Amino acid sequence: MSVDVKTVKRVAHLARIAVSEDDAERMTGELNAILGFVEQLNEVDVSGVEPMTSVTPMEMKKRGDVVTDGNKATDIVANAPATDENFFLVPKVVE
Amino acid sequence: MSDLTHLTISQARAKLRAKEITATEITEAYLLAIDRANPALNAYVAVTGDKARDMAKTSDARLLKGEGGALEGIPLGIKDLFGTEGVHTQACSHVLDGFKPRYESTVTSNLWADGAVMLGKLNMDEFAMGSSNETSYYGPVINPWRRSRLDTVVMPTTHQGDGGFVSAGGTKTQRSLDNAQLVPGGSSGGSATAVSAFLCAGATATDTGGSIRQPAAFTGTVGIKPTYGRCSRWGIVAFASSLDQAGPIARDVRDAAILLKSMASVDPKDTTSVDRPVPDYETAIGKPIKGMKVGIPKEYRVDGMPEEIEALWQKGIAWLRDAGAEIVDISLPHTKYALPAYYIVAPAEASSNLARYDGVRYGLRVPGKDIVEMYEKTRAAGFGREVKRRIMIGTYVLSAGYYDAYYLQAQKVRNLIKRDFENVFAAGVDVILTPATPSAAFGIADEDMAADPVKMYLNDIFTVTVNMAGLPGIAVPAGLDPKGLPLGLQLIGRPFEEETLFQTAAVIEQAAGKFQPEKWW
Repeated sequence: MSVDVKTVKRVAHLARIAVSEDDAERMTGELNAILGFVEQLNEVDVSGVEPMTSVTPMEMKKRGDVVTDGNKATDIVANAPATDENFFLVPKVVE
Repeated sequence: MSDLTHLTISQARAKLRAKEITATEITEAYLLAIDRANPALNAYVAVTGDKARDMAKTSDARLLKGEGGALEGIPLGIKDLFGTEGVHTQACSHVLDGFKPRYESTVTSNLWADGAVMLGKLNMDEFAMGSSNETSYYGPVINPWRRSRLDTVVMPTTHQGDGGFVSAGGTKTQRSLDNAQLVPGGSSGGSATAVSAFLCAGATATDTGGSIRQPAAFTGTVGIKPTYGRCSRWGIVAFASSLDQAGPIARDVRDAAILLKSMASVDPKDTTSVDRPVPDYETAIGKPIKGMKVGIPKEYRVDGMPEEIEALWQKGIAWLRDAGAEIVDISLPHTKYALPAYYIVAPAEASSNLARYDGVRYGLRVPGKDIVEMYEKTRAAGFGREVKRRIMIGTYVLSAGYYDAYYLQAQKVRNLIKRDFENVFAAGVDVILTPATPSAAFGIADEDMAADPVKMYLNDIFTVTVNMAGLPGIAVPAGLDPKGLPLGLQLIGRPFEEETLFQTAAVIEQAAGKFQPEKWW
């Protein structure tokens, strides 16, 4: 399988990365090189093989449904580019 | 003072406990070495001198009272991927500009609890994506090793004394260093260079496809990626969560064992942290390997592999056989599919993990006319080329219509890779010996690799299988190539049998000796 410039632009939008025409052209070549490389996986017989879901055979640990943390609003917004009274500021999303 | 930077961790530990040296002295020695070397090597992206001096002072007070921890007063470098409270943590990406976390990763917390001193944050490939440390926003790290050549020099004829003794103008050979700058490998290139060039006593690193073992091999240092689940991932910037593991890079096998003991823990904050006590790895060093079964996988003999790698491998086999190990030929039939499967699984997980960098909660923000444009512009400006490439691949293979063909197929192949290892271990093999990398360190801005991303990816051909199967692997220096560059061997063990790796790596180290670069910086 290979991708064209149109697909690259669609994927870039899905990934929320702005791309110029030149970027999209270049990425098309690079992505096709990688997709060409991974193509060889199709020759592996995987009939009856389950996909891996966990690399170590272990049960997912669960923690108690209790409050162990909190009251850290200032810590949480401390690194944000724009805040106001412990809220994250973003461009208007609802008209 | 510079002698203090040449002590191994075990030597420094003994001198600190015996009060022959102080934590402050050794810390100052490293800070001075960093100050002198960093402009040339670019290993550190942030030096935390004040913090280091404070920590050393605290260590000295504890040592004086005889209350020192396992790493009391030992100065370490920390890869920029580890969250360090109030200190530069950017995964060497532009997108995390100015990020200083309000928390400390579990691994670094463990180190500080044992008394270690932080010297600063180490350079790396952006988000740990790379094999040469050239994708860092902070520029490439330079390998302290350089190629050299042996020249035959004709000695001038000399006259001595009254008797008119004339020495025949003989010849001698001398090594001269080439000026070409080499990469230290990646992604933990800063860690490997800092350890190799005596800019820290040891360093933390992480390994998703070979990022500890390949740079260790390129710099003549020891690097271990423990079993998945041995070190907590909490507080480490995530790349590919089912593959990422932290581990140390150190100057010898014993130092790596000492560091791993402190880094590893059982952590309720990481659901994949495995509930097993951490053994004292150091006690494995020096134990005989007589009767141990060492597997040699035929699939690791790849086309185009340089002669010196094959020769190194044979030397490793001979050393282990001489030490009483039983050498057996084994087959890991799905080896060649590990790298392509990795380049689906790792980008898929990365595309999801890196979705969080959107200019809202931390780091860089580039304004846009609406929120979507802000996301797109921020991510376009904040991520470098390699990171974008992997996010794009990951987004594509997870997108509707392609998920089964790529991602599901890769996860099935991953199970087959793991089964290959399980079969040989079930047949009684204790440890597997392979080369660590398919070549020695290569040049900065290598044209072939820049032109074809897949060429760069092939660096991880011998290491990536270990991540896919979640196993422990160690890279140990084993010799120099004809140009005088270090080469490493890799040992792969059963899950949670890191002790076997330290035990066997120590035998290789004993036979091969230790390697350090000639200082030019």
